[in-house]
Formats: sequence, C-alpha cells, structure tokens
Amino acid sequence: MALNFDMTEEQEILRKSVRGFAEREIAPVARELDAKEEFSLELTLKMGELGLFGMFVSPEYGGSGLDYVSYIIAVEEIARVDGSQAATVAAGNSLGIGPIYYYGNDEQKKEWLPRLCTGEILAGFGLTEPNAGSDAGNSKTNAVLDGDEWVINGSKIFITNASAPNTGVIIVQAVTGKRPDGRPEMSCILVPAGTPGMECRPMHGKMMWRASNTTEIYFSDCRVPAKNLLGKRGAGFHQMLATLDGGRLSIGAMGLGGAQGAFEKALRYSQERIQFGRPLFDFQAIQFKLADMAMEIELARNLLYKACWLRSNNRPFSKEAAMGKLYCSEVMGRVVDQAVQIHGGYGLMQEYDVERFYRDQKLLEIGEGTSEVQRLVISRSLLQ
Amino acid sequence: MKIVACIKQTFDTEAKIAIGGDGQISDEGVNLIVNPYDEFAVEEAIRTKEKDGGEVVVVTVGGDKAQEALRYCLAMGADRAILVNDPALAKADSRAVAVTLAKLLSEKEAGFDIVFTGKEAVDDGAAQVPAQLAERLDLPLANVATALTISDGKATATREIDGGSEDIEFALPAMVGAQKGLNEVRYPSLPGIMKAKRKPLDVLSLADLGLGADDVAVKVEMVSAELPPARQAGQRLTGEVDEVVAKLVQLLKDEAKVI
Repeated sequence: MALNFDMTEEQEILRKSVRGFAEREIAPVARELDAKEEFSLELTLKMGELGLFGMFVSPEYGGSGLDYVSYIIAVEEIARVDGSQAATVAAGNSLGIGPIYYYGNDEQKKEWLPRLCTGEILAGFGLTEPNAGSDAGNSKTNAVLDGDEWVINGSKIFITNASAPNTGVIIVQAVTGKRPDGRPEMSCILVPAGTPGMECRPMHGKMMWRASNTTEIYFSDCRVPAKNLLGKRGAGFHQMLATLDGGRLSIGAMGLGGAQGAFEKALRYSQERIQFGRPLFDFQAIQFKLADMAMEIELARNLLYKACWLRSNNRPFSKEAAMGKLYCSEVMGRVVDQAVQIHGGYGLMQEYDVERFYRDQKLLEIGEGTSEVQRLVISRSLLQ
Repeated sequence: MKIVACIKQTFDTEAKIAIGGDGQISDEGVNLIVNPYDEFAVEEAIRTKEKDGGEVVVVTVGGDKAQEALRYCLAMGADRAILVNDPALAKADSRAVAVTLAKLLSEKEAGFDIVFTGKEAVDDGAAQVPAQLAERLDLPLANVATALTISDGKATATREIDGGSEDIEFALPAMVGAQKGLNEVRYPSLPGIMKAKRKPLDVLSLADLGLGADDVAVKVEMVSAELPPARQAGQRLTGEVDEVVAKLVQLLKDEAKVI
C-alpha cells in the first residue's frame, strides 16, 4: 500500500493560502496589467511577502525549505488565476534562484539568495540567443578571462525577469573556451544588474504573458570579477540542462493551473448562459466537452505530481519532467480552446478571462524546450 | 499579553449542501475552512501580539479534522493551539461549546488579557457562543466589532448597532466578537506554513478539562434537516393583451395570493 495520493497538511494549507492570495490580489488586476503590457512591482513584492520566491531553498538562505510538490502546487494556483504572474514566480524560482542555489558557492548564495527569496530582487537566466533557441549548445555569447575579470560579448533574447525594476542579477551562459573534443566549453557567470557593458531592454508586443518581464540583453566588453563564475568552469551546459529539467516541472504547473482555471470558468459559464431556454450545461455537446477537460486535467495532474515526487525523492525524473511539461501544456491548449468555444462570441473578448488564458497557453509549447524538444528528450530515454 | 482566539471549522461558503441518508447535513467531500468571522478574530489576535507582544493561543471544539483549521491559524502566526475533541461533543450545541471553552479558559488557560471570537459562525448562524462565553467568564463583550484599539489595559471598540455604530470603552480582560471590516485577513506565508509544523497543537478530552458528558448534555438538538424547495419554473402567458392581463390578475389573486 505504498501508493498514496493524500496531500500533506502543509500542502493543503499552502494551496488554500496561495489560492486565496491569487484570487484577492491578482485576479482583480490581471486583465488590466495584460492589456497595458505592464509588469507589476507591487504584485511581485506581495508575492515575495507570501514566500513565493525561494520555496525550495533552505531556510538558512532565506527560503521556505518546501518540497517540490509544494512548489508546483503554488505555481499551479497562481497560474489558475493568471499566467503572467505565474511566469514571474516560476522563472524566478526555477531559472533565477535554482542555478544559484544548486551551483553557487557559499559566498554567492549568501550574497544573492536572501534578497531573491523575499522578492526584493529577481534573477534572470540568460540562455537563449537570437540564433540559438532549441539549439542551445550552439550559443555564441563568449566570455574571455582577462586577468581576474571575465570580459563578456554577445547577446541573449527572451529572458524572463531580466529587466524588471527589481532585477538584481543575470546568470549568463557563455562560451569560455574549447573542450579537448573540440566542442565549445560552456560556463555560467553571474552578472549583477547595472554592470557597465550589459544593456537590458524590455521586449514588448508579446502575444502572451504580457504582464511578465521579457528581455533582450546585449553585452559589449562587459566585465565582471572572475569569482562570479557559477560552479565549475565548463559546467555550464550541464547546469543548463539540469536547470531546464526543473524548469519543465514549473512550466507543467503553469499548464495544469491554466487548464484548471479555464475549465472552472467554462464550467461556471455553462451553468449561467441560457440558450434555447436552457443552461448550456444541459446540452450533451457541452457536457462532453467539460467531461473531457476534467479527465485530461486529472491525468495531467497525476503525471506532473509524480514527476515532482520523483524529484523530491532524488530519483531520476528527466523523462517524466519532459512528459509532464509536454502533456500539461498541450492539455491546457485543448482546454482553453474548448473553454473559448463554450463561451462563444464572448470568449473572444478581453472582458472574459478565457481570452487571456487562450493566448497565455501558447508559450508553454515553446518556452523552456519546445514540444518537439520534449518529444526528443522522451524518445531518447526510451532506448536507455 | 496573553491573547486567545476561539475558532470553529465550518463548510466552505461555496460548498454545496447535501442531506445524507441519516437525515443530517453530510460533510462528505466538503472543503472545510476556518469560519470567516473567526479569521478576523485570529488576525486581530496576531496584530495585537505584533503590536504589544505576548502570545496567541487558538482554541476550538471539534473533531479530528479541526486540526487542519488550527494548523492554518498557526501558519497565519498564532503560537500554539488547543483542540478539545471528545465523543461527547459530537453533537455539541452552542451551550456545550460555551461551557467547554469557559472551563478551558478559566482553568488550564487562565490569565489571558483578551479573547477574540468571530461574531458568529457561517454554518448555523446562531451567534450564541460569544455572548454565552462572555457571560460564563464574566467578561465585558464588545460584539460585532469593526474597530479596536488597546492601550494601558483598556480597550476602545467600534461596534455595529441597529442603524449605526457606537464606540465603547472597556477594561481588560475582555472579549471581542469580530465583524467583517475589523481588519484584512492575511494569508499564511510559505515560511509561516513550515514553521506551523513545529508549533504545539494539544488535543484535550473533556476529562482533561475536568468535565463530564453531563456537563455538555445538549439542550438543542437537530431533529431533521431539509433543503429549501427547488425553484419552480415560471409560467409564460401568451395570447391577446386583454386575455393575458385577465389571466395574470387571476393568477396573482388565486395562485400567488399577493393581491
């Protein structure tokens, strides 16, 4: 009888707390922030106050010391209400805090983590480049050691939380030399916000996550101390892969939470909207849509929680993380599609939240490894 | 300051009410929460401690599940919690709860400065416990309070009364029954949730309090429960205006009996 689907008491309380917070603080402003394409420092700080940053970080560095399932529940509950704020939290934890917590030395952790864990500052993870998306191993940004300083040149794009009003530091993956096998040596380097030679520009005109901060970064002879190297020289590629494995769980949580939110809105609307003298829900065509949505969400939740459980228990979780990310984001795709369909013409209007959910979903099939890359990761694991 | 907050675990306000096979309200699959008015009480208790120092003790009478409600309050920032859980209290009425809490607060937890409760619980809506408990503890009660200030062992509260509000001043120790508006309730922070795991939560039986089943014998018993009648579908009258009006008047007289 080892199989157990019960949540712990802390996980139950956490879900209640984050859900209540999201409904009270985020829901009333989400639509307007999306329309204005505006990052909210105020909300970010409130989320920090609640403890939404540094959830899995140990208390000695200012975190909450929660397990991975709890972290994913928190992201899920924010995403149930708004994708943009969930993006700020998921990227803040998995991509910003994660690498520093897992690969930083004690000095780097003490310097950055306490402020990152309160939300006072955010960290961006600079991986993707204009010509290196899925092909991340082919990134060109380089760092050369000059005396006791790294000199960085190149550019990054689509970096979350890298030009917010409270961005404190960027983790930059750069080519730092050549490996004996002739392939590029990758390393991660911490570049504090405001370092001369690094220019961070917010990107606008986004289809989705419009209230989250997305950045393009240019480096021209940007100098940082040699000690800003994160972990070992040459470990950058491995750090990136491991970080993305964890990141996939939080993207999965965004898909799951977004699907749940859109489903609940569609279910409510189907009971309120009267056509042909009856609520929409009285029509089997609508009931069947909702039944399929509920079933797929249940499947998505079980898969994602299992992947988190594997991670929390220090088991291999790479395959399940890829499956969770892929399945949850595609389930949200099908759910938002049907949620808009159930809303009919109103579902096309910004006044109805499902319109935003419909747009916010698309990123999930692209960011942190496209759906195609997830299928590659899964299929490779089949022959191992 | 020693600050006490009394809470009750209730159904989620959005829960669908169903009558079980035994004719009683079924709690199967229902999401349980801290009674919203009691949340104001706990919040005010924590704020009072944050301002004046001291300790916040949260107490409740309930079954095993009530532990989660107490843990929630600990995660909000209360210091310790007490659950009185006894088979003899399974069908407790307001009086039984007041008797139990009064005994707990006058003996084991004596020496408090202020006791907060919600003005009522959202489930039975009886609003009996605050007044009965204050009477048994012989304390002044500022019920339906929307504002509170405490200084130098004295308190001033604004309370809702018919058609307005009144400000009252009273000495501590005292009781305050919280109304919506008293404060804005915080959500437990994630570090708070982790800390709550290690805070003491004591479970006491009636015997631990020196009470017997007779002391809490109910005076009020729920005989049966029924749901409000389902709303009937409306009638649509069609035809010539004169006919429809005549029919409508007749229906208003004979069926609706409003004219």
